[in-house]
Amino acid sequence: MTTLAPTFPWVKGAKDDYRACPVTTLKVDMHAERLIIANAVMAVVCLVLGGIAALLIALTRWQAIHLLDATWFYRLLTLHGIDMLVAWIVFFEMAGLHFGSTALLNARHAAPKTAWFAFILMAVGGLMANFVVLFDTNSIVTFTAYVPLKAHPLFYLSYILFAVGALIATITFFINIVVAKREGRFEGSLPLAVFGLMTAAILAVYTLLEGAAAIVPAFFWSLGILKNYDPGIYRNFFWGFGHPAQQVNLAAMVAIWYMLAQMTVGIRPVNEKFSRLAFILYLFFINLGSAHHLLVDPGLSFGWKAVNTSYAMYLAVLGSMMHAFSIPAAMEIALRAKGYRKGLFGWLRNGPWSEPGFGALVMSMILFGWIGGVTGVTIGTEQINMLAHNTLRLPGHFHATVVGGTTTAFMGFTYYVIPLIFRKELKLKKWAKWQPYVFGFGTMLVSLGMITSGLQGVSRRNWDITFSGAIPGTVNLTLAIMGIGALIAVIGGIMYVTIVLTSILTGPRLEASNMLLVAGTHNPLLESTKLTDHQMEDKQNQPNGTLVLVFAFLVWFAVYYLTNWWLLGRTWFIR
Amino acid sequence: MLAPERMWWKPMGRLEKTWLTVALVWCIFLTIMMPLWYYMGKQNVPTETYKTTPQEFAAKVNEFVAQYQVGEENGIPVVAAPPGSDVYLRASAWQWYPILQLEKGQQYRLHLSSMEYQHGFSLQPVNINLQVLPGYDYVATIIPTSTGEFTVVCNEYCFLGHHTMVGKVIVK
Repeated sequence: MTTLAPTFPWVKGAKDDYRACPVTTLKVDMHAERLIIANAVMAVVCLVLGGIAALLIALTRWQAIHLLDATWFYRLLTLHGIDMLVAWIVFFEMAGLHFGSTALLNARHAAPKTAWFAFILMAVGGLMANFVVLFDTNSIVTFTAYVPLKAHPLFYLSYILFAVGALIATITFFINIVVAKREGRFEGSLPLAVFGLMTAAILAVYTLLEGAAAIVPAFFWSLGILKNYDPGIYRNFFWGFGHPAQQVNLAAMVAIWYMLAQMTVGIRPVNEKFSRLAFILYLFFINLGSAHHLLVDPGLSFGWKAVNTSYAMYLAVLGSMMHAFSIPAAMEIALRAKGYRKGLFGWLRNGPWSEPGFGALVMSMILFGWIGGVTGVTIGTEQINMLAHNTLRLPGHFHATVVGGTTTAFMGFTYYVIPLIFRKELKLKKWAKWQPYVFGFGTMLVSLGMITSGLQGVSRRNWDITFSGAIPGTVNLTLAIMGIGALIAVIGGIMYVTIVLTSILTGPRLEASNMLLVAGTHNPLLESTKLTDHQMEDKQNQPNGTLVLVFAFLVWFAVYYLTNWWLLGRTWFIR
Repeated sequence: MLAPERMWWKPMGRLEKTWLTVALVWCIFLTIMMPLWYYMGKQNVPTETYKTTPQEFAAKVNEFVAQYQVGEENGIPVVAAPPGSDVYLRASAWQWYPILQLEKGQQYRLHLSSMEYQHGFSLQPVNINLQVLPGYDYVATIIPTSTGEFTVVCNEYCFLGHHTMVGKVIVK
């Protein structure tokens, strides 16, 4: 029988400043609460900056509109990458780490001053990067800043400040957990969601160290102290940072999937061992994925590329496929246990579709898995990468994972942070109900538009592809799909920001009284603790519908993957 | 979100085992496909690479152009080397140099390198994409299987004139 984390009396002498949350029965440390709020606010600020850039660059690549001139296109492309792929997501993750290591464990923040210092470093670094890119033309080097493109030294310094800040904040996460354990704030193993966040935090540590290995030499090189910086070495280290950074997002997102499923449907993880094993697979194998970016680079052997790009043996992919089963399966069992047992998918039809957390969860899982995961594994295949490298298929893939997957999940989770942490009533509930679907649908079109353009050879990061004269007319259509998708996604983004700002800035401070925001007054979180072993094992509650869904996924995966081998077989012979 | 029960190490259920097995088999298949194609397939990522410098590579390109030039288009030489020989393509901001003229069904050793920034060799609409780095002489052994005029797009961002960097390959 699962129980809520035990509520130990707070240790005598410790300067405690906490409140008890009436909805979750968890204790929230006020230091942690303020840190969570600060990080979440900075995350949304960066999302707004990156979102404005997103709109303008999408309207430029939409050939019929072609809004910006070349310099501003590349400048905003650089900003978009930094603000979205790094700043928005990492700030949100830091909020998540402060949340996971305190509130979810009934614990206090053990190092608030250090965490504030880290926050300030990150904020200064993030804003400085924006500033440098906006005002220094030489620093328009895109997010990857490939050596020997030489940006202003402050550009590299801003990366370093941000990364050091993130590293320090991550270390406070570990400190919090150790202190919480010592003080007896929780018993036994970490909750699954915290376990997932722990995976993300461990990944973050070596990701950021590899980032330092790439960027610190670049900083000295830009100052003229280091004379030569080999571009191949830079790429290797940069992607040791750039790719695992996305796996930090992945682990954090999956942890949030489990939380959203528990908060909106009241799941009990079907098998803790199964889910935790999947996280462990991330931990051991996912860092090899940096090779995905070096598959058509000179100087590397087939063996090196094949072993690394396959994460040793697609074991990290296996981890994702395990979560892809275990989360919907747990949802199916929880819903079937409530009596929704009709047919294979009766449970799914009766899911709380109007609840923003549920909508965000479903959209996030579909976009991440069915589009992002399948295309990612395919273009990450050593030989197939020759068809895809630096074409729009790449951003098509990672907009499905990072925007459709991570961002949608983070947005959905924010709606619960507002009452539980900000202690404000969620406003514009009708908007919140629709927001995940609008944003998810827009992102889906962006992604599909990019992938289909890339399949026709359109390169990424290119102001005007018509210069080449080699592009078929159908590209105008697929780029227009991307542009229209971007408009819809931006509307979804504006809805999100408006909901968040309206909720935070208006209305009185209010203790949360309800777990669900829209779909009812019951508390799935508490219901999840009442799911008995008998209900979990009941024949009528078995997740057969989920099994059908994952097999359908596998068929789609196989079709897409094998089609790409067929496409490769039609091109010139090359060795 | 909540702490698990004390003992959570339990055997997996039937459905979990089924999916885990199927997923693992799929992952093994994905792994096997790469070496299989490496030995059986006709399209593999080139690995042959030599250290070079921009000056050294530029000299080789000039020598190659002087030896085999057959024409000129917009000031850029068109070069036709005999089948089986080494052909050179120089990437610089923002130009591909020279224009290569090849024969269908014949094998060439295509040397790629950059004069300064990183560039991307993207042959369209054949859709073969390779990374081009300064200091690396990247050798791709190619056999064109179709005829016509092909465009070489640069698909690695190489500063503000990046999109104007377009070259040509002719196959007869």
